[in-house]
Amino acid sequence: MSSGVELDHITVRFGQFTAVNDVSLNIRGGEFFSFLGPSGCGKTTILRTVSGFLDPSQGSVRIAGQDMTGLGPNRRPTALIFQNLALFPLMTVAENIAYGLRVRGASKAERKKRADELLNLIALPDQGQKLVGELSGGQKQRVAIARALAVEPKVLLLDEPLSALDLKLRQHMRNELREIQKRVGITFIYITHDQGEALTMSDRIAVMNDGVIEQVGGGKAIYDEPSTTFVASFVGENNAFAGKVVRADKSGAVIETTFGELRGRNPKDLQPGESAILFVRPESLKLGKGSNGTSFSSNVLNVAFEGNASHIFLKGASKKAVTLTVGRLDGGKVPAQGVTAAVSYDPELGLVLPVGRMARE
Amino acid sequence: MSRLVVFLIPVVVIAIFWAMARYESRIAHDPNRKTFFQRNGTALSITFIGLVAFWTLFLVALPYLYMGVESFHPRLPPLERGGPKDFLTVEQYRSFFVTPSDGSWNTTHMGAFVFTIVVSAAVTALNFVICYPLAYYMAQAGTAQKVRLLMLGLIVPYWVNEILRAFSLRLLLASKGLINQILMGLGLTDAPIDFLGNNTGLYVGLSYAYLLVMIFPLYNAIESLDKNQIEAARDLGAPWWRIHKDVVMPYAKPGIAAGCTMVFMLSAGSLAAPQFLGGPRTLWFTSIVYDFFFQAFNWPRGAAYAFILLAACIAFVMLMLRLFKVSLGETIK
Repeated sequence: MSSGVELDHITVRFGQFTAVNDVSLNIRGGEFFSFLGPSGCGKTTILRTVSGFLDPSQGSVRIAGQDMTGLGPNRRPTALIFQNLALFPLMTVAENIAYGLRVRGASKAERKKRADELLNLIALPDQGQKLVGELSGGQKQRVAIARALAVEPKVLLLDEPLSALDLKLRQHMRNELREIQKRVGITFIYITHDQGEALTMSDRIAVMNDGVIEQVGGGKAIYDEPSTTFVASFVGENNAFAGKVVRADKSGAVIETTFGELRGRNPKDLQPGESAILFVRPESLKLGKGSNGTSFSSNVLNVAFEGNASHIFLKGASKKAVTLTVGRLDGGKVPAQGVTAAVSYDPELGLVLPVGRMARE
Repeated sequence: MSRLVVFLIPVVVIAIFWAMARYESRIAHDPNRKTFFQRNGTALSITFIGLVAFWTLFLVALPYLYMGVESFHPRLPPLERGGPKDFLTVEQYRSFFVTPSDGSWNTTHMGAFVFTIVVSAAVTALNFVICYPLAYYMAQAGTAQKVRLLMLGLIVPYWVNEILRAFSLRLLLASKGLINQILMGLGLTDAPIDFLGNNTGLYVGLSYAYLLVMIFPLYNAIESLDKNQIEAARDLGAPWWRIHKDVVMPYAKPGIAAGCTMVFMLSAGSLAAPQFLGGPRTLWFTSIVYDFFFQAFNWPRGAAYAFILLAACIAFVMLMLRLFKVSLGETIK
């Protein structure tokens, strides 16, 4: 548990632009931790700061309790897996994997032993003599992981390494990464803009936007209990209904929207008169009329069939449609385009949050 | 006679290739494939062929062939050419090793030859040492603005013609030149150092003359290297010199080979810098060749010497490419 990473009031500026703004965070040892956010949110900057390629303008990074200030990437107990993997094309697979040991002066026998060990770990035994170019995308991926693990880092940093793979392979690699992490037991810090990746693999996730952390928590907490409008709109699909709070009580708040009064939980304790946004996820909406305050109706704009589920798009208040997802086995007839459909939801699944920034579409 | 026979070689080669092409088209003829003439039209086809033929025959093949033939003939006054005294001989090549007049070893010319090769190799190495950091900086490390400035600083001096450049350098390095005056003014030396006599001027001049020839292939090669490769090596713990040794240089090897080959060839074949900047006792091999052509009017011997230099340079470059495991094809990528 000693190989945690502490970010202590990290600020990184590039000229006038502040990429990371006063971020403090404690990543526990052995944790699979993800930074999730849209491109340009500062997550890669944080990764480069932890790995030592960037010096923070303010603040410091501690790894396993030790201040890393002034230490270059070659002297930190971290290993980085690059987005394009950056394997050395002129070296064989085994040479790639053992490179970190070679620069540390390990003997040939030692290097071979470790390379063989890691080739077994990544399920590519006897492929050590191949050139990197002869491997498939998924195999390269695994070699990059092995190369980083060979130096026995305390922290493995991954910069969207799966983004170049096709969908099936990406999903497979998610499981594999998680497996490897459990086996080696070191801290993984994973950077991604893909919430699916973050949610499936991570112990905890930090959702970032504009250089600040919006929320830190487990995947379920982030999805079910977003603490800001940005998190609510960025992680997963969400329907947003803007309005003013008209009533607030212990069980929640009611806001006045273009669809009438709608109810939801009120964790931020908003008071009547305040502007607010109600979030209801597409899968929380049900077809059919419900009780007052949790039901409304609108025109069906479009229906998209996606195999295991159908997405029904209803005319919303703005250009953005209200989406409702019906599982294939949920029963009920999917309404035709053009008709007016009534929908309802469980008020516990509605969430009222103060007005804030939304994720870009 | 023999001269004419040799000039038939290109004609024979062309005829053989033409016959092979005809044979090929007869056994594997694709009726849908248009011939060269059908595709381009008669006029254009004749123009293309004419231009290519002119280039390869008159500008490339024939001059060298002529020189090659010449080098195997004795030196004769024009009237006796083609006469009974005009026979094929390796005398001109032999004269490089053995002085014709007294049969002793021709140490002067062999010495100049070795000196030329060794100095050219050293100049190439020096050039590489200077250019590699610059090229790396321009390709990977520098900001766009600084790189442009540096590029300008490298190119603009080459607008100055070679003679002016060489003589300015001579002025700078002369015994009463600026550098000696500074050295003496600082009390570092009592008497002026003979930079030109000890060939420092020659080394500096040659290195400077071919700086760009080295820098641009290196720059090209390094520029396409993915920055992440460098960072990955660094992240894995490599100190800077290991990154260059293990990642940058292997990647840039074709560029390094191209630059070194060109600098070596040009340097070994250079004429101006050794003449203007070499010391009084310095004998550069090309100067000897030049003298045979224009002072002694001994074209056969000059041609033979030039071919010896050419063969030696090619052999040396091939050896180096073999040593550093680069294929010839890679150097022209």
